[in-house]
Amino acid sequence: MSLKALDYESLNENVKNCQYAVRGELYLRASELQKEGKKIIFTNVGNPHALGQKPLTFPRQVVALCQAPFLLDDPNIGMIFPADAIARAKHYLSLTSGGLGAYSDSRGIPGVRKEVAEFIERRDGYPSDPELIFLTDGASKGVMQILNCVIRGQKDGILVPVPQYPLYSATISLLGGTLVPYYLEESENWGLDVNNLRQSVAQARSQGITVRAMVIINPGNPTGQCLSEANLREILRFCCDERLVLLGDEVYQQNIYQDERPFISSKKVLMDMGAPFSKEVQLISFHTVSKGYWGECGQRGGYFEMTNIPPRTVEEIYKVASIALSPNVSAQIFMGLMVSPPKPGDISYDQFVRESKGILESLRRRARMMTDGFNSCKNVVCNFTEGAMYSFPQIKLPSKAIEAAKQAGKVPDVFYCLKLLEATGISTVPGSGFGQKEGVFHLRTTILPAEEEMPEIMDSFKKFNDEFMSQYGDNFGYSRM
Amino acid sequence: MRRFVIGQAKNLIDQSRRRQLHHHKNLSFVSLIPPFSAPSDSSSRHLSSSSSSDMSASDSSSSLPVTLDTINPKVIKCEYAVRGEIVNIAQKLQEDLKTNKDAYPFDEIIYCNIGNPQSLGQQPITFFREVLALCSYTALLDESATHGLFSSDSIERAWKILDQIPGRATGAYSHSQGIKGLRDAIADGIEARDGFPADPNDIFMTDGASPGVHMMMQLLITSEKDGILCPIPQYPLYSASIALHGGTLVPYYLDEASGWGLEISELKKQLEDARSKGITVRALAVINPGNPTGQVLSEENQRDVVNFCKQEGLVLLADEVYQENVYVPDKKFHSFKKVARSMGYGEKDLALVSFQSVSKGYYGECGKRGGYMEVTGFTSDVREQIYKMASVNLCSNISGQILASLIMSPPKPGDDSYESYIAEKDGILSSLARRAKTLEEALNKLEGVTCNRAEGAMYLFPCLHLPQKAIAAAEAEKTAPDNFYCKRLLKATGIVVVPGSGFRQVPGTWHFRCTILPQEDKIPAIVDRLTAFHQSFMDEFRD
Repeated sequence: MSLKALDYESLNENVKNCQYAVRGELYLRASELQKEGKKIIFTNVGNPHALGQKPLTFPRQVVALCQAPFLLDDPNIGMIFPADAIARAKHYLSLTSGGLGAYSDSRGIPGVRKEVAEFIERRDGYPSDPELIFLTDGASKGVMQILNCVIRGQKDGILVPVPQYPLYSATISLLGGTLVPYYLEESENWGLDVNNLRQSVAQARSQGITVRAMVIINPGNPTGQCLSEANLREILRFCCDERLVLLGDEVYQQNIYQDERPFISSKKVLMDMGAPFSKEVQLISFHTVSKGYWGECGQRGGYFEMTNIPPRTVEEIYKVASIALSPNVSAQIFMGLMVSPPKPGDISYDQFVRESKGILESLRRRARMMTDGFNSCKNVVCNFTEGAMYSFPQIKLPSKAIEAAKQAGKVPDVFYCLKLLEATGISTVPGSGFGQKEGVFHLRTTILPAEEEMPEIMDSFKKFNDEFMSQYGDNFGYSRM
Repeated sequence: MRRFVIGQAKNLIDQSRRRQLHHHKNLSFVSLIPPFSAPSDSSSRHLSSSSSSDMSASDSSSSLPVTLDTINPKVIKCEYAVRGEIVNIAQKLQEDLKTNKDAYPFDEIIYCNIGNPQSLGQQPITFFREVLALCSYTALLDESATHGLFSSDSIERAWKILDQIPGRATGAYSHSQGIKGLRDAIADGIEARDGFPADPNDIFMTDGASPGVHMMMQLLITSEKDGILCPIPQYPLYSASIALHGGTLVPYYLDEASGWGLEISELKKQLEDARSKGITVRALAVINPGNPTGQVLSEENQRDVVNFCKQEGLVLLADEVYQENVYVPDKKFHSFKKVARSMGYGEKDLALVSFQSVSKGYYGECGKRGGYMEVTGFTSDVREQIYKMASVNLCSNISGQILASLIMSPPKPGDDSYESYIAEKDGILSSLARRAKTLEEALNKLEGVTCNRAEGAMYLFPCLHLPQKAIAAAEAEKTAPDNFYCKRLLKATGIVVVPGSGFRQVPGTWHFRCTILPQEDKIPAIVDRLTAFHQSFMDEFRD
């Protein structure tokens, strides 16, 4: 009997092969347990508001006014909303072609893209062209659109860091391309060695792969490292030599928890390098409203900026963007607000700064608390979270545990994380979801649980880890609490 | 309403073919329209029809990874009418009008090319926006001062929705299928509409209906040997999506003479034809009410379609985004789900994906990007794959999700907002019906123009029986006759419509698509200008 169209066997293989662990097995199990009444702490995804972080007041005020413009006609509106929020709502509504309910330009509202360009110029000191900035429904959509242009078939390879945020592996899989891994050095604080890059490329080429693009995630996810300027220069030079387009995932640029390596954009470094690099290297930079201190994941707002992409290619990318019609307008307004927040002297400025600083300083403290907590466990080694929102400790698993995992039909870190979940309710993502060196195991958690709850969560983890190690370990039979 | 772009330049396609990038069974038509250009380009690029001189130097250095000849050829191949030449010209005219009013026989550009109701003055439904504002800035719920500003049921609904969101966090990623409580509301709404139950676990919420269509194409298409049956004329999301995913579009022609009827014999013929060429046909896409054609299928027709899919093992992709837009008393919308269930067909009989959106109907909330697909009749392992695909993008935007639940569960009799809601809804729908009628009558009065009535949706798709002289003039300008007509129309009247080639049509026939969306008070002027233009066009080109 011939297969029906939606029989499992007749599905697109690329779909079946793609994996996205962030919402994979662990998350599904955690959701099941939650339904059964167990208290779950979801640290599987960078979703700050889900763990109690409050939205910033000012943008919510502005967008609420844009949702219901009739409010602006009410004579008492000034008693409920500050004047600058009212002014800003009017400003953004005037930039739209019919309010939040009308499709905008497929690339995003021109006025907002101009504000993004101005932000980039202030940040980097180099001009930015709004025509080369496209707003998208989240940065992920932008990444998918660009990879769709770059990947022609299985012979096209994309250099991706290992460990990586699995949007990249999943999308490459869905598009039928080939992921070319380059390993970050855990012992060097997840540093990037250009020799590793060269080796990866050489190996791929020997297998007939055309390496087309290189992804960097800076600050890193799950690893959190912030690239140094020297590193960025090396990478850009490498991309120039090898004719690769650089995809700079910079969504965590506002999440920096140390002062030695502040964020520098790939674009700035590229422009600083001058000709020929600044005119030759093709670069696409991604940003979002989901991270930083905004954490507005649910809005689905992002953008990408193109550098040195030929006009005809830009047209094709525009064409593909137009199939999505337009990014959602509310998120475009969030993006405008993010790149042009309240200024000193604005009525809402003090509150805005207070809220933002509060969040960032707390994130910095939590990054430290978590790193230290993990490092206090004998079988755990954890690099400091220099940036982003995650902690990625290495868990040294004894051979008995690995064997038990095998018996259970699970990859060792999945086995560990499932046990952790069942014992403590802490829902993490096993390192295998991000890629890691053979025989080395990690888990990814976020630094997002509320500060007051951190000590208890770390204690809970340590208790579980002790028990796990005494069950499966050789010499860890004592309590370390 | 969705946008669309005039097709890819013939010369660009020719160039890519010469470079032998990729051999596809090429069902995409070749347009005679000059190069599509981004609006920032100088106008001279629009008018030239040769391309090689247009290519910038950096495009020809093929060692760079992202040049035109090295990007994914499926991207090059796909065509999607959004902003073609006509809209570019319109935008330039609009700019020029600001300073040069006297140079033109019209005062303003009227965009009838794009189904974007709120950009043409349609107002959003108050109740929906009240709820969205309250959910955006929840402090509004706490202030006693605001109880005068918001209706009591909008406050109640906002509380209800917020309580369905973990932590009331509207800024958090939700479940990848959408917030459970909202899916429950949608499932209830589907049941109330159809009289048959719906399972919230069958619902996948998306940023508009379009991403859902893409997901299904991704799932169903592995290679160009996979075909999807699509209506001609069609809304070009389908052709573009199929091309992007490397599949084959298998056309079935709607019959203009019988009000754009869907004949099962035509479906069968095209299916057999495709199969004889080694294509595995996987799905049938039906747009009901139709776009651009506006027909509402009869229940009998729908039953035949259901049986056809069941017999042939095809997935039925039911694009039902215009389900609230029906303007004629002799037709009614019936969902394919309802039809299938009333035939006694269940999960084991038919794989059906039904799409709905917040962009259409009487709410017209295009910019919010809200929608969902209801997927029934497939096994749990396939459902897992759909879930997995949805999860890579994490979730659709929350505000859009909330709106999707609201349109499927609007105010009921007795609710505080019901009276004003119903007045707004009926006002919009009856106005749309009047505009559909007025424009259709006006078009049918034009010499050589026949126009089927718009039974539903938001468009009119008149057929132009162009005189030979006009066709020759078009050819001399190296452009399709319908594009030639539309350009002339724009320059004479400021009215922007889209040539039929953007939607495909029976070869040798010419159409254009015009929306019924300009505000009612503008319609008489539009009719007058269109009539005057057509008269003079025919005077110039009459055989």
